[in-house]
Amino acid sequence: MDDALRIGKHVFRSRLLVGTGKYANNDVARAALEASGAEVVTVAVRRVNLDRDAPDSFWNSLDLTRYTLLPNTAGCTTRDEAIRTAMLAREVGMGDLVKLEVIADAKTLFPDNQATLEAAKFLVEEGFTVLPYITDDLVTCKKLQDAGCAAVMPLGAPIGSGLGLRNPVNIRLIVEAMDIPVVVDAGVGTASDAAVAMELGCDAVLMNTAIAGAKDPVKMAHAMRMAIDAGRLAYQAGRIPMKLYATASSPVEGLITPGAGGI
Amino acid sequence: MKLLINGEERELTGVATVQDLIVELGLGDRRVAVEVNQRIVKRGTYADHALAEGDVIEIVHFVGGG
Repeated sequence: MDDALRIGKHVFRSRLLVGTGKYANNDVARAALEASGAEVVTVAVRRVNLDRDAPDSFWNSLDLTRYTLLPNTAGCTTRDEAIRTAMLAREVGMGDLVKLEVIADAKTLFPDNQATLEAAKFLVEEGFTVLPYITDDLVTCKKLQDAGCAAVMPLGAPIGSGLGLRNPVNIRLIVEAMDIPVVVDAGVGTASDAAVAMELGCDAVLMNTAIAGAKDPVKMAHAMRMAIDAGRLAYQAGRIPMKLYATASSPVEGLITPGAGGI
Repeated sequence: MKLLINGEERELTGVATVQDLIVELGLGDRRVAVEVNQRIVKRGTYADHALAEGDVIEIVHFVGGG
């Protein structure tokens, strides 16, 4: 079945993108990645430990024939910081993908839409395949599409909150307006949230905490994989309209006649 | 030579280029990116980039993140 996810020049089978932060240890992380079926994994750019005995970053041992790295600009609060981080990420990983984040508010981690748009324009010019993390604002998403972004990644709820999709109407409006993929990034708490995003017509979902923070991350990764598939299939199948009153599922003809006089 | 590497002041001897620095820090086979005074030094050009007293250096890599 050809139902590939196309982001810029990249083609993926899995519609689940996963983060690599907050795992209890590397073994759990590796097993959860495996169970998720994800092909795209996000990583962050940070200073190396200058201690000669410090082990290499676990994420440098990932099999890159299997996983595509999506470096983020997490922690950046200005356009220039995000651009600088993206440039460093490209030098580390030699890939063109970047998850662009410019954070405006420390408590909610909501993005700075204007600074994100400015950084996106610059990075697109530089040849990056830009996936911006953005609020669920249709107008900003349109501007990012016009700027040449390869996808838009509206948040479902604050990062790490697990609140699910707080405004499915906004997400649906964005899906209907966009020609580029829409990836819900942030807010997913459990499998049904991921399924809802896909049923709304989103092209993919990116999550980290929902898997890494679950009691059993490997099992949750598996659940998410199935929820993404289920939601995608349901979207393609086309759901029935909602109605206020009942419609019988069994035929109304051929009912036995109530006995005369009763028993 | 005194260098500021990842925010730490280091006094290093026998380090003339970025290549020397990477080897000195034991990062020769690691996947990293190097910035000197906010300019990226491309992989493959480390040996051509001479360091100077007081250079501000950032060496970064990928870590887990969302």
